[in-house]
Amino acid sequence: MTSKGTAKVTLPTKTQILITREFDAPKHLVYKAWTTPELIKRWWSANRGEVTVADVDLRVGGTWRWVMLTHRGFEVAFHGEYQEIIPNERIVCTEVFEGMPEAGAVNTLTLAEKNGRTSLAILVQHETQEHRDGHINSGMEAGMQDAMDLLEQAVTAL
Amino acid sequence: MNDLVTQLGLAQPQVSKHLRVLREVGLVDVRHEGRQRMYRLKGHSLKPIHDWVKNYERTWNESFGALDELLEELKGKQEGEGRNDE
Repeated sequence: MTSKGTAKVTLPTKTQILITREFDAPKHLVYKAWTTPELIKRWWSANRGEVTVADVDLRVGGTWRWVMLTHRGFEVAFHGEYQEIIPNERIVCTEVFEGMPEAGAVNTLTLAEKNGRTSLAILVQHETQEHRDGHINSGMEAGMQDAMDLLEQAVTAL
Repeated sequence: MNDLVTQLGLAQPQVSKHLRVLREVGLVDVRHEGRQRMYRLKGHSLKPIHDWVKNYERTWNESFGALDELLEELKGKQEGEGRNDE
């Protein structure tokens, strides 16, 4: 069974983003992949680039910083601080996209397992709608970049 | 309109207010049939919002696709370790 392309993004309120996805794996493995630097480096950037930094100080008050170097040569960096940690179940942390340092968010990641499959939910809480919209727009730019890269590949293959 | 009031469990004035806002931004059309007002959803007006969020969703889909592959590998390793314990 494939879950490819099944992430759902909704906007529950004017200042929130909710990302949900199901994985065909138990929750402790999803948690491990999310909190172990060597593993983060293998999935977070997907085919968009290379993860150059995946710092995780997994304790309340500890900080995290993830940096991706895209194939187009620009750096995309995020950092934040852990506020609540329940192993294999829930992580609450702050998140700052370093390209928009004034727009800090609080992310709540929850994992729920049923029959060996895990439902993941990330609720991103921004302070203002403007920041929330900026967050979505930054993803759109990345999406456009991907589209351009694919187009370039397709064109070169002709 | 009466159908909406029943379905939503809201008072009629509230439903009217919501519908007015939706009409003003072009998300619904209204048609008068005798004393009744019939509302129709204009789905295509939502397309720009849909497209806007879809592009963001796509980057997550890419990362999660890579995470799927990694999880398969971790599951395999775990089973391997389980066998070693036996």
